[in-house]
Parts: sequence; C-alpha cells; structure tokens
Amino acid sequence: MEVLGLLLDGILIALEPANLLICFIGVVIGLFVGAMPGLGSVNGVAILLPTIFFIKQSTGSDAAPMIFLAAIYYGAMYGGAISSIMLGIPGASTAVATTFDGRPLALKGRAEQALVTAALASFIGGTIANIFFTGFAPPLASVALKFGNPEIFALMLLAFATFVGLGGDDIPKTIISIMLGLVCASIGFDVIEGEPRLQFFDLTGFSRPINFLVLAIGVYGVGEMLWTLHTTRGDTEMSKADISLDKIKAAAGNTFREGWKGTSIGSSLGFFVGILPAAGATPGSLMSYGVAKMTSSKPHEFGKGSIDGVAAPEAANNSASTGAMLPMMTLGIPGSPTTAVLLTGLVLLELEPGPRLFQDQPDFVWPVIGSFYISNVIAVLVNLAFIPLFLWMLRMPFTILAPIIFILSTAGVYAATDSMFDVWLMFWFGLAAFMLRILNYPLAPAALAIVLGGITEAKLRQSLQWSDGSFGIFFNPFFDRDGSGSTYWIAPIIAWIAVILILMPLFQVIKRRFLRGPARPSHWQG
Amino acid sequence: MRIAEIIMAIALAALSLAIMYKAGERPTWSGEARFSNVGFGDDGSPQGGFWPFWVCAIMFLCSIWVLVNGILKVSPPAKSGGPYLDRHGVNVLLTVGVPVFLLVLLTDYISMYFSMAIFLFYYLFVLGRHGIILSSAMALVMPFWMFLFFDITMTRTLPKGTLAVEDGIYVPLGNFFRSLDGAMIGLCFLAGAAVLVAASRLSKRGEDA
Repeated sequence: MEVLGLLLDGILIALEPANLLICFIGVVIGLFVGAMPGLGSVNGVAILLPTIFFIKQSTGSDAAPMIFLAAIYYGAMYGGAISSIMLGIPGASTAVATTFDGRPLALKGRAEQALVTAALASFIGGTIANIFFTGFAPPLASVALKFGNPEIFALMLLAFATFVGLGGDDIPKTIISIMLGLVCASIGFDVIEGEPRLQFFDLTGFSRPINFLVLAIGVYGVGEMLWTLHTTRGDTEMSKADISLDKIKAAAGNTFREGWKGTSIGSSLGFFVGILPAAGATPGSLMSYGVAKMTSSKPHEFGKGSIDGVAAPEAANNSASTGAMLPMMTLGIPGSPTTAVLLTGLVLLELEPGPRLFQDQPDFVWPVIGSFYISNVIAVLVNLAFIPLFLWMLRMPFTILAPIIFILSTAGVYAATDSMFDVWLMFWFGLAAFMLRILNYPLAPAALAIVLGGITEAKLRQSLQWSDGSFGIFFNPFFDRDGSGSTYWIAPIIAWIAVILILMPLFQVIKRRFLRGPARPSHWQG
Repeated sequence: MRIAEIIMAIALAALSLAIMYKAGERPTWSGEARFSNVGFGDDGSPQGGFWPFWVCAIMFLCSIWVLVNGILKVSPPAKSGGPYLDRHGVNVLLTVGVPVFLLVLLTDYISMYFSMAIFLFYYLFVLGRHGIILSSAMALVMPFWMFLFFDITMTRTLPKGTLAVEDGIYVPLGNFFRSLDGAMIGLCFLAGAAVLVAASRLSKRGEDA
C-alpha cells in the first residue's frame, strides 16, 4: 500500500503545470520523431539529451529532464505506427511489425482503422506495463541493494549474454559489436591503477573513455540517416486517410471487438521481453506479432490487414519500452539503446543509477514513474486529436528533414562534450556504422556495451581481487568469500543463466545437425 | 557482397590485433616489458591491460569466425550476389557523406554556424531541388535558431572557427541577444518560424506557376 501512496504523490507532482507542459512537449516531439522515417526514439532522445541541462536550469528539479526524455520515448512508440501505416516504411525499427498488417489495412482504404487501433493498443499496452512496473520496481530495487561486486558483474554478463542468445542476429557479429563497445569504454586510463592505456597516437581526445553519446549519435544520427537514404531511395507513396469523429468511434469499437486478443498478448509479452537487456521494443513487438498469429483463430488474415496484427506489435512496443525502464531504474542496466541514453542522462544529472536511487531519491523516482502514466494519457489524446497534423507533417520531404538531423547531430555532440575531436569521432563512427550495417552487423549491442563497459571491468577486477583471482566467486555458490563459510547463490545463478544463454545458439546447431529438426522460423528476428 | 564481408572481417581482425598490441603497452616510466600487464598481478587480480587485451582477443576470434563464414558462404551477406554498394549507395556516400565531412571540417575554419548554413543550402538547393527562396530561408533561420538555443539560451557556445569571424560577428551578436529578456528571445524564435512559413508559401506559389 505504501507503493500506492508514493505513486499517487508522484502522479500529483507530475501533474503540476510545469511538469505537465514538459511532458506534453516531450510527447509531441516524440510523436514527430517516431513518425519520421529514419528517426526513432534513440535518435530523438540522443540528439535532445543536451537540452536536459536547460530544463534542469529552468525548473530546478531533477525529475523534469527525465520526464521530458521519457515522454519523448513514449511519444516515439506511438508515432512509429503512423509512417508504418501511411507510408509502408517503419518510422522506427520498433514499428517494423506494424507494417505487416497496418500497411495492408491502409491499402484497403481503412487507414483510419489502423491508426486508431495502433493508438488504442499502444495506450493499453503502455498502461498495463506501467502497472507491472510500479509493482515490480520497488521489490527488485530492494533485492538489488544487497548486490555486491560479483553479483553486479554476473548481471552484466547476463546482459551481454542475452544479446548473443536471444538477439537473433549473426552471433560472431553480435559479439564483435559488444567487444567494440567495451573497448571504446576502456580507452584512456586504467581506473584502478591509474596507468594510461589505449591512448592511440597520443591524442588528447583518447585520454578518457569515448563518450556514449558520441557513439550513439554517430550510429543513430549520421549512420542511420545514411542507411535510410540508401535503403528507401527517397520514393514513398502515402495512403489516404479519412478522419472524422464518427470514423474514430467506429474504429475504436472494432479495435475492442477484434483486437483485444492481440492487445493483451502484446501488453504482457512486450513487458517481459522489454526487461531483457538485449531485447527492447523491436524484438518485443516482432515476437508479439508472431505469438498473436500463432494463437489466433484466423491466422490466415495476418499479413492481409488483421486488426489483431496491428494491435499486438503496437501494444508490445509501448509495453516493452516501459519494461526496458525497469532494469535501467532499479539495476542501472539499460534494457534498450534508448534507455541507455536515459541512463547517460541520469549520470549527467549527477544521479547514481541503480538500486540506491529508490532509497535515496524518492523525490526523483516517483514523479518520473507518475509521469509514465501521464505521458501515456497525453500521448493517446494528442495522437488521436492530431492525426491529420501528423499526416500533413509526413508530407515534409526527406530532403528537408535529413540535413536538419545532420546539423542537430553535429551541434548536439559538441554541446554535450565541448570537443571537436568528439565531433570527428562521431562522424567516423557514423560512417563505420553505415558500412557495418550493410553487412548485417547489429549496432545496438555496441551502444549498450559502451555504457556498461566501465562498470563491468571494475566489478570484474574488484571481485577477482576479493577472490585472489579465482573465477569461482562468480560460478560457485559455496565459494568462501570472507572465511565465514556462508553461501552466496545469487551471483552463480545469474552467471550460469548467462553461460546457458551464450551456449544456446550452439545447442540449436547441434539439435539441427543431429535431430534433423526444422530450422527455427526466423522471420521475426529483426 | 561476399568480398566485402571477407574484407571487413580481415579489417576487424587486424583492428583487434592492433588494439591487443596497444593494450600491452606500458608507460616508459614503469620500465616494464610489453604485455607484462595483460595477466594477473601479484595480488591475484587482473592488471590494467587485462580487460582490453582479452576483450580484443575475443573480437579477433569472432572476426575469424565471420571470415570463415564468409569464405564458406554461410552468412546471408556472403550468400547474396549483389554488390556491397550499388550505384545508389555510392551516390549517397558522395552526395551526403562527403558534405557531412565538409560540414565538420569547415567548422574549424568558418565556425559551426556558417558551416551549417552552407551545408543546409547545398542539401536543400542542390540535392533536394527546392526553390532558392526556401533554401536560403532554411540556411538562414536554422543556424539562427541554433545560435539562439545553444549560445544564448543554454550558454553552451559552439565553435567559432579560426578565421577570426568571432570578434567581428559573434561578439556583437552575442552581446545584443544576451541583453534581451526571455520574451524577446521567444519572439526571435517565432520571427524565424514566420520567415520559414513565408518562404515555403512563396516557393509553393513558384511551383504552381
């Protein structure tokens, strides 16, 4: 019951005029960012990260900047559906699955049905996930408070292992991506002994770890833009949508009649997939689409304009984005690239992410959680009310949007780091990301690894110092840590799950080779 | 595509070896031999070079794995017969990638705002084939907004370049705008928006005619 009281207080603070305004602006920016092809929640949040200083300065609260960033994240999840449906191009990778049925519905002349279903399913998915979040976060944080160095290292190992085991991308390429991120984070100085290391060519820019933002904006600003220009070839065709109040009402009715199953699958599955560090909203929505199709009584309608097929991925991507916040807020491990940016935001605001946040900063945590509920309500209202406006904005030529993104990326990196060296680094990262992306190298693992790299190394070395160099401290519950003879189960359990996840692809190869079973269907593994 | 996959794998393998070599480097004052820091120290815990060295060792092994997959035609890019970058892809790199490079390069000389203006004008007018009115308006208003936002409102000054435009242009401009209050700055933002709207109206009319 204590949680309910805290949540209510949080919601009341989130409803204060200043916070409400920030939330509204964030949601509108998010909707726009999500709706524009090539721009997703990561790009939006990363490019706008420097504004948090301004927001903090003008409101004087730590919560307001986070409310702003989280609102962009939510808005983007709603917005992604708009271009998926109207242009047939996913507005963000999180809305890929929405094109499968949203686009056919639009081509049948029922674009408004798809848009309304997407908005309502998103709202329900987001709200259910918020309730889960409120229920799970405080107990998880209090368990995590007892974590020592070995436990935290095991958690990091699990985060990387989920990429390998569940990411669905080429395995060696995923590992290369993770390792690239880890190396970038270890440049500069050895944090424990203070010895300089990896200072390439003795450049002063390499005397500190590479800033996460530099990599994120390079990859998701410059690289992603080049990629979008390369793949869409600039030709898009927009469907017509006929929006009126009566049509919206009818479409809402259809959504509840025909889309309830997809919505409920997406809402619940999305949340739990979102919690996994590797996953985030993209696999969450693709998986929910797959499950909704598998369990549907009319699977043949999927891909031809099924309402369930729009509802499932849209409910899931909103639900997963809240799910991804859970490990970010309670453990300090981001569940998706966007939450990695939010985590960087926390650090910039001089808040220490992790379980202590709930204990030490309740004035920060609960208003932010309260704002999740508020942004959801704002997002669905704004989305439904301004559908015509967003359709008009989608007519904005890409040749105007693209250069704006490029200059925002450049200015954003400089504003955040005050270094031209980092701007150059951002450019080269963007170019490299573009080249790697063509060859199917996943880049989200690198973005997460650069955030987690420093802490992973520190915890590994501190744990090994403690155990005199024995890895038993991670894997053996009976390992004697302090001579007291007590047993520690948490780290070994997490570490062994991580090992199993890393080996999972191997099991599948063996199964396929020897049991001659059919290969796993992989159409949903983006 | 297969060739590109193989070349990229070799490049990544070479990169990992180079970083492994670099990770083993000790500062001259320590007087220790190369690679003496990639193992466990006397206290049993790993030393400074341990982490980057072994992380890159794993990266090296995976690059070899990708290389083998490429040679055996196992991975999808290796199976695809298409070119790595078709003519359109090369075009994107030349017409967009190179200008972004110049955008960053020119920042050091003529300041980030001027560099942005040139980039925007090029992109809109040359690449986007928009009218000259709209292109010029965007090239003027966007850097103006950025200036108001970064230099004035957030007091995070963007680079002004070495060609001494700083004293002549930015100092008086900065002094002028800093003397205004919040509401006036807001009005300046709106004025920029008005210019953009007017320009897009004008260029639309041009297209109709």
